[in-house]
Amino acid sequence: MTAGNSAQGSDTHEVTLVEAVNLALRRALTDDPEVVILGEDVGTNGGVFRATLGLREQFGYKRVIDTPLAEALIAGISVGMASQGMRPVAEIQFMGFINSAVEQMLCHAGRLRNRTRGRLSCPMVLRAPFGGGIHAPEHHSESTEAMFAHMPGLRVVIPSSPTRAYGLLLSAIRDPDPVVFLEPKRIYRLVRQQVVDDGQGLPLDTCFTLRQGKDLTMVSWGAMIHETLLAAKELARQGVEAEVIDVATISPLDMVTILRSVEKTGRCVVIQEAPRSFGVGSEISARIGEEALLYLRSPVQRVTGYDTPMPYPKNENLYMPSTADIIEAARATLENA
Amino acid sequence: MFDNLDQAPGKLGYIDARGKPVRELPDEIDVAWLQASYRHMVRIRQLDKKAVALQRTGQMHTYPSCLGQEAIGTGIGLAMQDDDVLVPYYRDQATQTIRGVTMQQILQVWGGDERGNLFTGVAAKDFPNSVPIGTQMSHAAGIATAMKSRGIKQAVVANCGDGATSRGDVYEALNLVGVWQLPMVAVINNNQWAISVPRSLQTGTRTLAEKALAVGIEGLQVDGNDVVAVYQAVSQALARARSGKGGTLIEAVSYRLSDHTTADDATRYRDASEVSQAWEYDPVKRLQIFLHELGHWTPTQEQTLLAEVKQQVDAAVTAYLGEVPQAADDFMAYVFAEMTPTLLAQRDQLLAKLERDSVAQGGGSDDSR
Repeated sequence: MTAGNSAQGSDTHEVTLVEAVNLALRRALTDDPEVVILGEDVGTNGGVFRATLGLREQFGYKRVIDTPLAEALIAGISVGMASQGMRPVAEIQFMGFINSAVEQMLCHAGRLRNRTRGRLSCPMVLRAPFGGGIHAPEHHSESTEAMFAHMPGLRVVIPSSPTRAYGLLLSAIRDPDPVVFLEPKRIYRLVRQQVVDDGQGLPLDTCFTLRQGKDLTMVSWGAMIHETLLAAKELARQGVEAEVIDVATISPLDMVTILRSVEKTGRCVVIQEAPRSFGVGSEISARIGEEALLYLRSPVQRVTGYDTPMPYPKNENLYMPSTADIIEAARATLENA
Repeated sequence: MFDNLDQAPGKLGYIDARGKPVRELPDEIDVAWLQASYRHMVRIRQLDKKAVALQRTGQMHTYPSCLGQEAIGTGIGLAMQDDDVLVPYYRDQATQTIRGVTMQQILQVWGGDERGNLFTGVAAKDFPNSVPIGTQMSHAAGIATAMKSRGIKQAVVANCGDGATSRGDVYEALNLVGVWQLPMVAVINNNQWAISVPRSLQTGTRTLAEKALAVGIEGLQVDGNDVVAVYQAVSQALARARSGKGGTLIEAVSYRLSDHTTADDATRYRDASEVSQAWEYDPVKRLQIFLHELGHWTPTQEQTLLAEVKQQVDAAVTAYLGEVPQAADDFMAYVFAEMTPTLLAQRDQLLAKLERDSVAQGGGSDDSR
């Protein structure tokens, strides 16, 4: 991470996505004494992906806490801490291991405010790297974001770039309700971007339109934004202008941005790495069907993974959607005049 | 029953099942304290009886009785200080009411109304009771972590039943109490039955208290039918916790004299003889006998208390039955701090549906909410 000073006294950094996460955590720890980081290996080791690198040294062991190896506990104590006004930011090491924390998120984090009619709340963040493509062992490559999106009372936020990782994570930490913050680890170190460390959050519950286009709408989130933008670039070379929407907060879903775009283009491709059925793409597609059917000039296409467990790394590429898959689906929407 | 209800070496007890003192009472326990405990236990028993009756007459939903658990709840409640935090399970009516949760709120929760969890005052930071078994123990560990991290010299009491000790959640939380030396007192209400499964089928350990050994905290067994024993164990554990000396696991041995809940029928799986034997250890009766034999409880006082309690419980029931219903859309209004556009749209759908049904029934729109 390289830093330079801006006129406002806030540093500008040329950072990767995982470094932007680190920058946001550092900022949150600096700004709010109630923020604590906890999880497995987040302290001395700085996290297995180094997202919490150097935070223990700067903020001490009371605020950057190595927990025992127990995911249900990590989520559960975060609920307890948050209920008393602290702002725990907990890390689950890989999304494949988040499952024992699900009960706490579903039965408690997402319900505490509602169950107590607003007396207690749960301003916690549960961070986890997710998705495939890094040739990791079994259970290290899952994309189960739809599972959390289906749970009332939780926000599910997914950045797709260093700037959005910084801004969305800060907003997630400041949000009065629980946020599951999923970091696409395949693009943790893919690109560097200028991030101004000014403590400015980016809005949650809002899609980001990354590219304007009149011919079709492409909707995605997380790591697949990378392939989606590559596909849009190739389509542009072929004379097709695709609008690219990064959903960013997959729940609650900002359908307004997606619907406005589809009303304009009449064509839509939804791209997700997760298995095909019952996913976020299914919900987006259903909502377009309910609310913008008459604008559609072609059926909504989905480009997704398969309804299988993620293969062991040798066959991972068979599972992952590709840029070519996205271009093909886009072409299919264009064939229907 | 699997665990003997008699007092024995290694199990803390002061007043035995026949109301006889087995050792000198702690200094802070005087007649006024004993009378206050007794009054509270009688009050809770009457509330409990009424709650079951309300369910049987269709005026309340499924209710978990605390019959036989009055000493545990009362001992804990009296041992806690105002700034301690309670993380209860669903048989802690006695503790909750000492901390200012009203009898009406207890009825309200089991009558199916979330507003019963709007605790105020001392209980403002307490958790509502947890239904998924044992999951509350890590909340308590988190609250204790917050206290320790903020340098607050208070402690958390978290309760669960004997069945909960089989869950990883309970082990994970207790393990954290040990490794971080958290100011937390865990009380296991070992009432020997987890619905139909007896304590003997939950674990191979001789006691539940000895599970403390595995996590490096203090553990002890107390007679859960002796309010003095529960009070003393919890008080001392809380004092240790508040002074930074770490957590304690207390196994309070008692017996579930009731069905699991009003939806359960315990005659399907346990002998009447076992239950009638357990009644010999009744926590309320023994304290009455003890006070009476000290010359500090008379039949007149008993009559006065019962009349007073009846009035209090009746007043709570009247208030409970007379509550203004929640607004129809309240169940949507607290999902997030602010309603999302999706929820606002769904609220409109709900209200339109209610309006439609109200019109169909010939009612006015005002009745729909």
